[in-house]
This record gives sequence, C-alpha cells and structure tokens, in this order.
Amino acid sequence: MNAHDRNQMKELLKEALPPIAADAEPERDLWPAVLRRLDEDAVAPRREISFSMPWFDWALLGGLAAFAVSFPATIPVFLYYL
Amino acid sequence: MPYGSSLVTSGVLHRFREGDLDAFEALFREHQRFVFGWVLRMVRNPATAEELTVETFWRIHRARERFQPDRPFAPWARRIATRAALDWLRAQRPEVELTAEMASALPSASTGDPGIAAEIRSKAALAFARLPPSLRAAAVLAVVEEQPHKEIAAALGITVGAVKLRVFRALRLLRKDLEQQGITP
Repeated sequence: MNAHDRNQMKELLKEALPPIAADAEPERDLWPAVLRRLDEDAVAPRREISFSMPWFDWALLGGLAAFAVSFPATIPVFLYYL
Repeated sequence: MPYGSSLVTSGVLHRFREGDLDAFEALFREHQRFVFGWVLRMVRNPATAEELTVETFWRIHRARERFQPDRPFAPWARRIATRAALDWLRAQRPEVELTAEMASALPSASTGDPGIAAEIRSKAALAFARLPPSLRAAAVLAVVEEQPHKEIAAALGITVGAVKLRVFRALRLLRKDLEQQGITP
C-alpha cells in the first residue's frame, strides 16, 4: 500500500467515523457512580484465590494415583515416558 | 483552564495515594472530563464511555499505592483508561450495536450521490469494527482524532514506531476488507 492509498484510507476513515467534539463531557455527574462502585468493592467478600480444575482432570489424576499405588513398579516406566 | 495546568497540589496526590477520599474526589473532578473524552474517542459511544470512566476511576483508586506522586497524574490516568477501553473493545463481538450506532451517526454526504457515499462510509465503519482492538485503538486515535503519536504510544504502553506500524496495518487491513466487499476506495 503506497502513500496515496494510505491517505485515501485515512480520508475514508475520517468520513466514516467523525471525530469526537473536543468539549465532549458526560451527561451526568459520575462521582456517585464511582462511590457506589467503591462501596460494592468494600462490601463484596474478597474472592479466595482458588485452584480451579475441571472434574475430569481430578478424575484422571485420581485414576493415575490409584494406578501408581496398585502397581508401583510402573512408576519408573511412566516417568520415562513423560 | 487548559488541560494539564493542574489545580491539584502535590499534597493532594500524596493524600490520594494514602487513600484519602476527598483527595480522590478532587482528582476525579479535575480529570473526569478528560478521561471521558479519551475513552469516548476509543469506544465511540457516550453511554459506554460513561461506564468506562467509572471503571477507570475505580481501577485508579484500586491502584493508588502504585502511583508515584512526584509524577503527573494525567498520563497515568490516561493509561489506565486506555486499558479499560481496550478490555471493553476486546470483550465486544464485532459488528454488534456499536457499528449500527456508528452508521446511524454518520453525517450526510456533501458531494456525489448521498446514498452511495453513506453506504461506503457505513461499510467502512463496519470493516473498521472488525479490526483487532489494538489496531482499532491506534488508528482511531491517530487518524480520526489526530492525537499526537507520542501520547498514543504512552497511553498504549508501546513505542511511537509501534503506533505507526499499528496504524499502517489497520489501514491495510481496512483496505483489504473493503476490496473484498467490492469497494475500491
């Protein structure tokens, strides 16, 4: 794409998306909304950092553990193929 | 008073960092219009820009301990606002209401066939909405809003060269998309 094409695309973009007025401002006072948000944050219980894993991963892990306990001799073979 | 000539003293910035709500309100009152305007330029929707302004100041409050009071507040706030707007853009599906609103807000054509020109502009707006958010943000701020590349780079946390590259890629992808729709700008 050469400079001429770029300028054409810029002009088209400016026509498609008219610039926002320099004096744009919110229609309402947003401070009460900010305070509400801060209050919600203070009231909401802090989420515990949890280690979430889907159930089938736990099932697979459990199966592997059971297999390793039942047949301990297979552990080195397992480790070899990891 | 032009933006940047701050009424907020260094003491207010220090108190804000320590969690003083009055100091935070003073900063909010001084910067909310600027933050709203910046976010609006990125998301092109006043109601969303209001929500994101609230989100930005909430993030600012949450991150206050990382703020360095000896540095200016405005660029820091703009960077947080940019991240909030980018998060919102990433969460949106392209071609949803945003573009419909864009298309309806388009000014009427001044030359040629108004119907055809409006259709091209509408398709260009739709194609623009399909661009990746990071390219969209750089292009709209640099090309449409004509913001200095240095400020865009600081807000996006990238270099000026990277801003230019993103704008170039955005324009190239936009052209390609329009060509696929049978429109040769």
